[in-house]
Amino acid sequence: MRIALIGNPNVGKSTLFNSLTGLRQHTGNWTGKTVGVAVGYYNDLEIYDLPGTYSLIPHSEEEKVTSEFVLHKDYDIAVVVCDALCLERNLNLVLQTMEVTDNVIMCVNLMDEAKRKGIEIDLDKLSNLLGIQVIGMSAIKNDGISELIKSINNINSNPQKIVYDDIIEESINTVRLTSNSRFEAISLIMQNKSDDAKVVRSYLIDKGIDFNEKILNKKMEICKSISKEVVHNTKHYSQSKWDKILTNKLTGIPIMVFMLISILYISIIGANYPSKLLFKFFNWLGVIIESGLHFLHIPSVIINPLIYGVYRVTTWVVAVMLPPMAIFFPLFTLLEDLGVLPRIAFNLDGYFSKSNACGKQALTMCMGFGCNAVGVTGTRIIDSPREKLIAILTNSFVPCNGRFPSLLSVLTMFFISRSIIFKSLINALLLGLIIVLGVFMTLLVSKILSNTILKGESSMFILELPPYRKPQIKKIIIRSLLDRTIFVLGRALIIAAPMGLIIYLLTNINISGVSLLSHLSNILNPVGKFIGLDGVILTAFLLGIAANEIVVPIMLMIYISNSYLIDITNLDYMKQVLLSNNWSIVTAICFLVFVLFHFPCSTTLLTIKKETGSIKWTVVSAFLPLFIGFILCFIIYHISLLF
Amino acid sequence: MLSLDELKINQRAIIKNIECDKTVKIRLLDMGFQNGEEIVHVLNSPSKLIKAYLIKNTLIAIRNSDVKNILVEVIDDENSFNRKS
Repeated sequence: MRIALIGNPNVGKSTLFNSLTGLRQHTGNWTGKTVGVAVGYYNDLEIYDLPGTYSLIPHSEEEKVTSEFVLHKDYDIAVVVCDALCLERNLNLVLQTMEVTDNVIMCVNLMDEAKRKGIEIDLDKLSNLLGIQVIGMSAIKNDGISELIKSINNINSNPQKIVYDDIIEESINTVRLTSNSRFEAISLIMQNKSDDAKVVRSYLIDKGIDFNEKILNKKMEICKSISKEVVHNTKHYSQSKWDKILTNKLTGIPIMVFMLISILYISIIGANYPSKLLFKFFNWLGVIIESGLHFLHIPSVIINPLIYGVYRVTTWVVAVMLPPMAIFFPLFTLLEDLGVLPRIAFNLDGYFSKSNACGKQALTMCMGFGCNAVGVTGTRIIDSPREKLIAILTNSFVPCNGRFPSLLSVLTMFFISRSIIFKSLINALLLGLIIVLGVFMTLLVSKILSNTILKGESSMFILELPPYRKPQIKKIIIRSLLDRTIFVLGRALIIAAPMGLIIYLLTNINISGVSLLSHLSNILNPVGKFIGLDGVILTAFLLGIAANEIVVPIMLMIYISNSYLIDITNLDYMKQVLLSNNWSIVTAICFLVFVLFHFPCSTTLLTIKKETGSIKWTVVSAFLPLFIGFILCFIIYHISLLF
Repeated sequence: MLSLDELKINQRAIIKNIECDKTVKIRLLDMGFQNGEEIVHVLNSPSKLIKAYLIKNTLIAIRNSDVKNILVEVIDDENSFNRKS
């Protein structure tokens, strides 16, 4: 049997989903929020966790996923999860769902929290009034789950039909003939979408009747009267003291910046050890595989590209990419679970609105620090297509986990003398400065885009600030760790593996005694010199399109004329190599700027192509940061020549 | 009558009129903004360009520029919203 889980955002729908399915689940597209449809299994039940929505008339793409799924009726039972603390607003979605299908079950979640706040709900009466089964639930404590399963197996519902005025009913019935459900008919007329609906709508307008008003008001009236009958509220809403601190003019933004920096710091530092272990493991495994292949008498011509090209680059990417992601994203999800993320958007929306963008872009930007591809997918939470596109185009302006190591190693080598105390503090401050440059550029470019090619006023922005809740560690680990791991491994295999082969071939095929790679860097050299870099650096970025993590290793590989990637952890040695290849402090600055502003990695580009569905915007997203990087490096280099 | 963004912090009011285009209005209604509903201004953001209101027991943030067309009538101030209860 197929079950669709529907509900407003922040009602604990995903908690219920996780309690039911445990590890037996997978997600199509995940970005911290339930974006895309997660599917899980409980015995013979196939459960679909749909993105949270306030209404089946969608406003963002995320909501559209839910609305389309529900209206398509590709399930047997719709379970609408509601928040006991604001039942009245949640009822709207229940009423809408009851107009789509007869098989509806209502779950009133967070019953324990409601009880603590002095809210009592008469579930039996609610069930009678609606004509469907109603189950009280505290999904976190697994309360009410067995009752839900029982109801699903013995579905018994006879939903109360909402009867509108005669003329409205007539209109609905006219359109109903060609639509899938009563609700679809209503929705078509409301949004003036099908031919039938247009005829009906203009007929109503001639008669001076506002269809939307009638429908919405009727539903709101019912929600209100039902809620009045079944909800007994003895206490008032109490505001969290945290809100005062987290949204305060003086403390709000600094606290949030501090939280973000802490998360980044923990990810970078915490990833060191597991990265080293993975390196060791993969090296050990590589030796075994290599000798195994030799044992099978496979010629070296085949073994070498496989081991020193494909295997080495792929495992390299996994070893450096996996640990920071596996730390960053659970921590980020932790903030989300706590209810901090919407407050970040709330605090920053004003500044983003000045760039004609929206506060949710601040969130996708923060996700970009973890991984730009994830940030791009995350833009689905943005309602307006114009603002979504701006968020996509500017996402790679903030450095992702894959770029922090390059930034940090060059910062340490060139800007921090050995004797200095508070070394890591100064390092962090310099890194902070780079991040600020990225954020500033995000705002500036957003502003420029909204005044030029993506002209438009910022559209309506409305955001719920849910109550702070205790995070659920298990859910966080299941959702973020598992999904990230699969994402990263998949990415490594799809893109890094062929790139490994290409790099191997470029380094090992010689024309007139010089490798193809050297030829390439010689060709790019004049361009590189022109902006304060060199051909090797540009070549490294070009090949590093597979993953930003391998830019520095490729660069070093070319400088020391090696034919495969080697792990150099000794920064003194690394600095020597760079200095002997004519790196100056200006080269280092230009390099840092170029790390921040060049084309996004191939995974991000593929994600952009998928999200925008347009090659044009994918190309723009590649050349926009590249252009900015070129200009900035050019300016920096040529100013330095004056001195 | 005031527009919603003119409410002072902790001031209570009743929504009297919502004047905006069809899609925005559907959205506002989904979020609980309807005539006759009680609303309290609870939080300011650092920029003050967006504020958070309590409506139907939920905290909703919305930009000043989006609520210019929502007219409200202040309920007597003596009875104003008690945060401690």
